[in-house]
Amino acid sequence: MTALPQSTERRLGLVIDLDLCVGCHACAVACKSWNAGGMAGPLTDESPYGAEPHGIWFNRVHSYTAQRPEDHGAPLTMHFPRSCLHCENAHCVTVCPTGASHKRRSDGIVLVDEDKCIGCQLCAWACPYGAREFSAVEGVMKKCTLCADRIDNQDLPPADRQPACVMACPTKARLFGDLADPDSEASRYAAQRGSVDLYGELGYQPTNRYLPPKARPAPTAAVNETEEEVQAEQLPPLLKWLDRVLSR
Amino acid sequence: MIEIKKTTCYMCACRCGIRVHLQDGQLRYIDGNPEHPVNRGVICAKGASGPMQHLSPARLSAPLRRVGPRGSGQFETISWEEALQTVSERLGRIRQDDPDRLAFFTGRDQSQALTGWWAQAFGTVNYAAHGGFCSVNMAAAGLYSIGGSFWEFGEPDWEHAKTLWMWGVAEDHDSNPIKLGLSKLRQRGAKIVVINPVRTGYGALADEWIPIRPGSDGALALALVHELLRTQRVDLDYLVRYANAHWLVIKAPGHAHDGLFARDREGRPLCATGGEHVPQLVAADTPEISPLLIGEVRLPDGLDALPVFQLIVERYLQPEYAPEAAAKVTGIPAARIRALAAELARIAFDEAIELAQPWTDVYGRRHESMTGRPVAMHAMRGISAHVNGFHTCRALHLLQMLLGAIDTPGSFRYQPPFPKSTPPPNRPGSRRGADGRLDAAPLGFPQSPEDLLVDEQGQPRRIDHAYSWAHPLAVHGMLHTVIRNAWAGDPYPIDTLFLFMANMSWNSAMNTAQTIGWLTDTDQASGEYKIPFIVYSDAYASEMVAYADIVLPDTTYLERHDGISLLDRPISDADGVSDAIRQPVIEPDRDVRGFQSVLLDLGARLGLPGMCNDDRSPTYPGGYAEYLWRHQRAPGVGTLAGWRGADGQAQGKGEPNPEQLKRYIANGCHWHAEIPAAGRYYKMANRDYLNWAQQLGLLPGEPGTAEPIVMQLYSETLQRFRLAAQGHGRVQPEDALRSRVERYFDPMPIWYPPFESQTAAAAGYPLAALTQRPMFMYHAWGSQNAWQRQIATRNYLYVHPQTLADAGLQSDDWAWVISQHSRIRVQVRASDTVEPGTVWTWNAIGKRRGAWALDRNAPESNDGFLLNHLISDQLADQPLANADPVTGQAAWFDLRVRLEPCAEAEQGVEPAFEALASPPTGIKAPALLRFGAKLRQRWEHES
Repeated sequence: MTALPQSTERRLGLVIDLDLCVGCHACAVACKSWNAGGMAGPLTDESPYGAEPHGIWFNRVHSYTAQRPEDHGAPLTMHFPRSCLHCENAHCVTVCPTGASHKRRSDGIVLVDEDKCIGCQLCAWACPYGAREFSAVEGVMKKCTLCADRIDNQDLPPADRQPACVMACPTKARLFGDLADPDSEASRYAAQRGSVDLYGELGYQPTNRYLPPKARPAPTAAVNETEEEVQAEQLPPLLKWLDRVLSR
Repeated sequence: MIEIKKTTCYMCACRCGIRVHLQDGQLRYIDGNPEHPVNRGVICAKGASGPMQHLSPARLSAPLRRVGPRGSGQFETISWEEALQTVSERLGRIRQDDPDRLAFFTGRDQSQALTGWWAQAFGTVNYAAHGGFCSVNMAAAGLYSIGGSFWEFGEPDWEHAKTLWMWGVAEDHDSNPIKLGLSKLRQRGAKIVVINPVRTGYGALADEWIPIRPGSDGALALALVHELLRTQRVDLDYLVRYANAHWLVIKAPGHAHDGLFARDREGRPLCATGGEHVPQLVAADTPEISPLLIGEVRLPDGLDALPVFQLIVERYLQPEYAPEAAAKVTGIPAARIRALAAELARIAFDEAIELAQPWTDVYGRRHESMTGRPVAMHAMRGISAHVNGFHTCRALHLLQMLLGAIDTPGSFRYQPPFPKSTPPPNRPGSRRGADGRLDAAPLGFPQSPEDLLVDEQGQPRRIDHAYSWAHPLAVHGMLHTVIRNAWAGDPYPIDTLFLFMANMSWNSAMNTAQTIGWLTDTDQASGEYKIPFIVYSDAYASEMVAYADIVLPDTTYLERHDGISLLDRPISDADGVSDAIRQPVIEPDRDVRGFQSVLLDLGARLGLPGMCNDDRSPTYPGGYAEYLWRHQRAPGVGTLAGWRGADGQAQGKGEPNPEQLKRYIANGCHWHAEIPAAGRYYKMANRDYLNWAQQLGLLPGEPGTAEPIVMQLYSETLQRFRLAAQGHGRVQPEDALRSRVERYFDPMPIWYPPFESQTAAAAGYPLAALTQRPMFMYHAWGSQNAWQRQIATRNYLYVHPQTLADAGLQSDDWAWVISQHSRIRVQVRASDTVEPGTVWTWNAIGKRRGAWALDRNAPESNDGFLLNHLISDQLADQPLANADPVTGQAAWFDLRVRLEPCAEAEQGVEPAFEALASPPTGIKAPALLRFGAKLRQRWEHES
């Protein structure tokens, strides 16, 4: 079994603002595209033009309808992008019999060393978030790398050293940063908006934070509701407009 | 080695800047260009899946000639020379005999500045792109009312709006700028309201969802107008400064001038100002006057006239426009409508904003600040695709004008080159000169019946009946009528139908099954096809390929030059003007050519004016790339506005610059010029803006000569057509259409129920049925894309749970969906986020078996479906297009249906079509896709 680092210098991760997510799948496809040709590629697709196309995705977006009391009766359309949360207490690592699954001491990113992976899939069973993707074709486990090959790549301009999903997101619903640093933009945003630990009660201590959709206000109403039904004869005559002095 | 080349996306109509990452010359990755003004670095699911579009197994690989029966998909590969010879010989004969026998229609064309110019040079009136079934109602209503438009020609003030109302907007134009903007609004706490029968897409971010019944938005908008007038919450000063509220309208029923504006000897509209005893008549554009908005005046010629505003008040205060009336058709309670109107007025007037930005109006008066009405609106498909869409969109513009909320801080804003005059000055081409050329491009803006394309008997001159009395303001043409009319020879038989990326045998047709029949129908006597010859250009094996006689294979978007021109569909934003190019970043590995270059080649072979020299040699031997920098539409004006002039220093206007494309490429393939700070609002009457626009050639005339653009609450243009219907004027409608023209050419917005709801049988079809694109495939060609199709390989019909239960159905049941026209069998699913009277599905995911290089058992054809089969292309009760009576906009959102459970044994999608044979491309769809495997080996090697 594989040991987790006692602590990590940084906790790199994502803050995902569900209040801004429109469910466009940009993050999922940008992730697929970058990582297919990156350090964890290929993200093999089986039957890509066939009856049951299915491939490896590190990020998948699920859409729901939610009825919450705080939304004053209106059903909410909610989108939930799901990827590895790079947990502090990552059981996907501790169950790994070969050391393939590991958490980087420097920044906490959970990675798979494919050379060591035997494809036993214990890590997938251990992950409560369904973030692991096994490629039967490649025979190894695949997962979100937080685009380590972008973050680590000193050849990239600094602005590009962040995950593909974050750079792609058209509603800026994703922030990347060091969640161990309370002053990072990501930490401050998460704190300010009351972020939630996904399945916090399970104790995996996920690094990624989700921000729930804000409560929706009551429908516009009431200002005129007590007014009696408007009668045609009560309408203002044209004369009311007659004396308006206008300036052109 | 990694190389990054910048170009422009083509995965939808948004036209974002992209960075194409090549590793040792191989496509590695595509992301957004952070410096690009459209998307500012972000990218959507379509754009990010560009690599799979480029590598699609559905790519065509060589010119094809049909060898089996049409529709069989049996082709042989031929050389380009043979293909071009065949087409140019045929077109040459047509041009000599009667150029109108060529019908040239393009689909999601992004080069209409070229294709329209080509059609004009060829001399056919039968040209258009796909706007007739896309959004012509938005364009026409906007351009005839406010000189701009929702859509991509305007935008909400993302920085200052306190509320945004989105009417009928799903996953819509223009996608990434809207998403960027919505995010800003939401983070600022601005209130987002969506008026839509379905809460999907951008609706997820809405603070308030108003689940309106389809086709009734106009009734809601006019009820809001009623409320603003009733409560006197209207920006009168704005209306007399920037709109025609004070213009006098002649009131003389039966007279040839009834309903026209009272004008002075120079033709300037008049208004009345308060005189000491009697009102004085003065030119309405006179500054520093205090015009009257109420009161009848006697004109010098003895006729009476009323101010526009009085007509507005008199009409919209009527009980038929009261919230109680609107509640009945919209499903929104009257109290809520009143509250919504009060909220609009409260934000517009009580929360008005003031930008400390001095500006100078067109009369030279300096203003110390800019007043803003922070109520922004955006509207699209759900407004557009109804028979009442033109008037509904005009009603929205009326609402905006009354609030003073057009191009002010916080409101809707124009994107240059808009605003233009209402309507823009170019009229549709009509007559051919000695060189066979039309006197103008085939698409333009009629201003009176004289501009229609009708013959002496008032019958249509175009194959699509655009600009006829049935659809006088069909300013984008009517692609949706072309195949039926060409088949029927109505108004005349054509010889050749030439289509470019328009999937008219499938998801771009209404009444798809019959359309397929028209494409293959033969004349009984001669055995010839009723549509004799079909030439089709596409990059992919779409459903339409099988119906072509000659196929001209296009490149992918990464393999060619393109011009995103201000002469076509601009990509500007409200603070600046932009255009862009595409550059080839990868060499084609197939025998394919960019369609635009092929078109220029054909033009040269045909000897078309402007495309070949006196010695018959081609004017642009370098193809489209050469045309892009060298072609001049008018002296100094070409496809691209950036880096013009011999030294590349000129913007907008200037001599052609041989280095221009290089300059674009060096700048990431785009050009952008910012509007001076003082010119960014009130553009319709802002001297700084108008001067700037004239300097760049966006508006005609020398700087300093621009007239203000006056918004038209009341449209005299519409009234001219109505007068013709009443018997006035030389160009007269046929009697059968008189009452129709008279009714629908109302100079002020009206609302009427969709025609399909008015038929005798309508009661048997109680549900509205809508089809819309999902965000990850919006305006895209996603089904052959290995990544996009993993998000959805099929669609369902979504139904409100109560409606589903009422029909005796449960989620995942197969059900019959029955319209007045046809029936389909599909799987249904419950959804809470749809109003109970509406059902809906994702469009264009359903594919015909055999097309797009998909497996015969692909869910796209086994389970996916098109709603199109249910939509009639004609009205139920008369042989007219199922389209807006003003603009010809295809009314595919008017569909009414009922649901019926299937018998137990009935499963699978109906109608099912015979599989299409795949065209011979030599490209096989792989069983396994390991994109990136080779790239990784290199990556590991290098690291």
